Amino acid sequence: MSVIEAKGISLNRKGHRILNIFNLRIDEGEVVSLIGPNGAGKTSLLMILSCLFRNFSGKILFRGLEVEKDITAFEYRRKISMVFQEPLLFNTTVFENVASGLKFRRFNKRECRRIVYEHLERFGIIHLSTRLARTLSGGEAQRVSLARAFAIRPHIIFLDEPFSSLDKPTKDALMEDLERNIRDLKITAIFATHDRDEALRMSERIIVLNQGEIVQDGSPEEVMNHPCNEFVASFSGMETIISGTVVKNEGGIITISASGVYIDAVGDVAPTRKVILCIKPEDIVLYPVSHKLKSSARNTFTGTITRVVPSGFYQKIYLNCGIPLVAYITNSSAKALEISEGINIMASFKATSVHVIRQ
Amino acid sequence: MKRVNTILTISIALIVLFSVIIPLPSFAQQKNVILATTTSTQDSGLLDVLIPIFEKKTGYFVKTIAVGTGQALAMGRKGEADVLLVHAPEEEEKFVAEGYGIRRRLVMHNDFVIVGPKSDPAKIKGTKSAVQAFKRIAETKSLFISRGDNSGTHAKEKTIWKATGIKCEGEKWYQETGLGMGQTLNVASEKKAYTLTDRGTYLALKKRLDLDILSEGDRLLFNIYHVIEVNPERFPKVNSQGAQAFSDFLVSKEAQNIIKTFGIEKFGSPLFFPDAEKKINQQVR
Amino acid sequence: MELIIEGIIKAIKLLFSLDREVMDITLLSLKVSGIATIISVFIGVSIGTLIALNEFPGKRIIVSLVNTAMGLPPVVVGLFVTIFLWRNGPFGFLGILYTPYAIIIAQSVIATPIVMGITIAAMQQLPKKLRLQILALGATRLQMVWLLIKEARLSLLAAVMAGFGGVISEIGASIMVGGNIKGYTRVLTTATVMETSKGNFDIAISLSIILLLLAYFINLILTHIQQKGHWR
Repeated sequence: MSVIEAKGISLNRKGHRILNIFNLRIDEGEVVSLIGPNGAGKTSLLMILSCLFRNFSGKILFRGLEVEKDITAFEYRRKISMVFQEPLLFNTTVFENVASGLKFRRFNKRECRRIVYEHLERFGIIHLSTRLARTLSGGEAQRVSLARAFAIRPHIIFLDEPFSSLDKPTKDALMEDLERNIRDLKITAIFATHDRDEALRMSERIIVLNQGEIVQDGSPEEVMNHPCNEFVASFSGMETIISGTVVKNEGGIITISASGVYIDAVGDVAPTRKVILCIKPEDIVLYPVSHKLKSSARNTFTGTITRVVPSGFYQKIYLNCGIPLVAYITNSSAKALEISEGINIMASFKATSVHVIRQ
Repeated sequence: MKRVNTILTISIALIVLFSVIIPLPSFAQQKNVILATTTSTQDSGLLDVLIPIFEKKTGYFVKTIAVGTGQALAMGRKGEADVLLVHAPEEEEKFVAEGYGIRRRLVMHNDFVIVGPKSDPAKIKGTKSAVQAFKRIAETKSLFISRGDNSGTHAKEKTIWKATGIKCEGEKWYQETGLGMGQTLNVASEKKAYTLTDRGTYLALKKRLDLDILSEGDRLLFNIYHVIEVNPERFPKVNSQGAQAFSDFLVSKEAQNIIKTFGIEKFGSPLFFPDAEKKINQQVR
Repeated sequence: MELIIEGIIKAIKLLFSLDREVMDITLLSLKVSGIATIISVFIGVSIGTLIALNEFPGKRIIVSLVNTAMGLPPVVVGLFVTIFLWRNGPFGFLGILYTPYAIIIAQSVIATPIVMGITIAAMQQLPKKLRLQILALGATRLQMVWLLIKEARLSLLAAVMAGFGGVISEIGASIMVGGNIKGYTRVLTTATVMETSKGNFDIAISLSIILLLLAYFINLILTHIQQKGHWR
């Protein structure tokens, strides 16, 4: 059964369409990531789903009840919870902050105390209970914000990029606690982020949002390996994106011509159709030009390195082989291959690594 | 943080405490008498002696609004005062003639004196005629400070200037303060200037002033106080009973005796001379 | 110079001997200005919060009107309150001109825009998302407003002190609507002016010292708030 369902949502502001969502269903216990670039409408969608924004057209259904018709927005808001990018703590102690939602619901003192301590424990901040909120670090503050949102035991929790202003170690530790608590308490969660890795880690379902519309909705595997268009592809980490025309379709293998280069891919598309090819950088293997061994990969090209971008343990290599390719290579391999801008190199990738999107 | 909160809470609590605990002076509507008078009667302290006696006797509560004679008459013209104690005879007569006031009665007089610096640059010391003294001040262009506030004193001063035939307004040596008598005296003392003052205020402040009495005794300098009740037929909201009670009290033997002796103890000479038993014309005109 | 030293010595004696008249005047001042402040806080904070939290056409005009009114000259307020309270004025039937109540009304009129203006500014300084966060935690509208007021409390307390400081040191309205009646509507400022013109510099100086102490106390608190109040 769906916990929340949004139907025909559209939101316009100053003549611009900000959101246009035909139908969105979220089932009990699902942890859904809402992913998209800044300005895609993630926050707006969360605001509408949580009924904090009310100037939109369309319907929100909570367990089949239409909000503002069968139940009031206020009653609905008492069943949900929201965590923002900023902790937005109140100027009082940590304890009082976590207790605030309970106090709104007029829980008695003893019950309130018990629940607050339980949740302080859950987020590992029991030692901070008497501290003033404004003396906390960013990570601690966000933990308090999460504990506060969880303390009221919402049916659904909305998380609007809760980690985007935290540094990586803080973020990793916090994400672990958040994930554990969501699973423990079996709370339905909708998690907006612009970070692909966060989305992959947190959720079993990813909804990709672009320019106010849902462009893909599926499991992480689907979204990552079978992006349905160029945008999702680039978002899911496909660095090489080339458009071309199918010239041959034989026995499950199609050959595509892109700027005069022929690429083989797995698929079934009729010749003369225009397609887009996407390749993940980690699927492209680099060899020195002198390498004599024949690779098993169907696609092998020789090209020139146009740019090298170091990124931690990896280096991102931009190649020109008649078509632009992007590959990753470890720092040690890069040393062995004597990678530098301007040298020639060989690149190969399997036909199965090429993701084909019909146009 | 905690400490600031505590300080704040305490101070707010104090404000609330003051507001709640201290009772406001109560007031009963019917018993209020609004007395519009001149600053000189209040500043001399005479009313502080007379009014408590009256209040005790009659149960009325007198609200003394001390303004200039001009403003006091204006309040009477609007029916915003019940009774006036003022000293500008010509304007008073007009006021009564126009039907704003009734029962104008003579209460007392004091006199004006011309004061100035000891050095006396205009050499008016001993001049009995006020008009002569003013003429000398104008001729020598000695600094003269005027109240300039349409008070009774100011009115008197203008009368004298008129008699001299000199146009002093706008002259460099003629300055207006627009302040009460006491402050005007302070200004004159500071600037070593001449001014016209009632004797009472001058005596009260004498100790602190660097001014001497240089001309006195001219009949023109007499300052006559009348009490006038505001006409209740014209202004139904006026507390006519209270006004009459106060007016009667001022001319009563008791009040007149107090006026007679007021100031002797403190200044060595009385500040006012009771006149209620005399006829107006007998006095000055 | 002699006068000043003599005056100050006498003033201190008056203060320490708890002179009846000086004490009465001080207490009346505190009382009148205290009540006026409380009234202005009720009106100023509630309407100020309403204005700050709601969007409506003409909001800007209203906010700038309030900000202008923060500097209302007390004499102007005094004049209008007098006109309204005159026996023959629209509220003459109340018969409260030349009473402490008239001063309270006039001072409330002076202090309300001060409190309201600071309230609006304080409320608008709170992060916009804070309201959403409070609603998302399941607050009713009233609970939300109350929490927002609590969040802005330091600024609001500053508003209270500013309002109180504004009216306790004000003279124009007090003397016009109160009439400076001895033992009845004579407050610190009007008494100071009158005692000065009467030449009683000792009393005037001791009244001024009390006023200065009050002003110092208020400023001390305001400074504390400004220095320690920021936390976000």
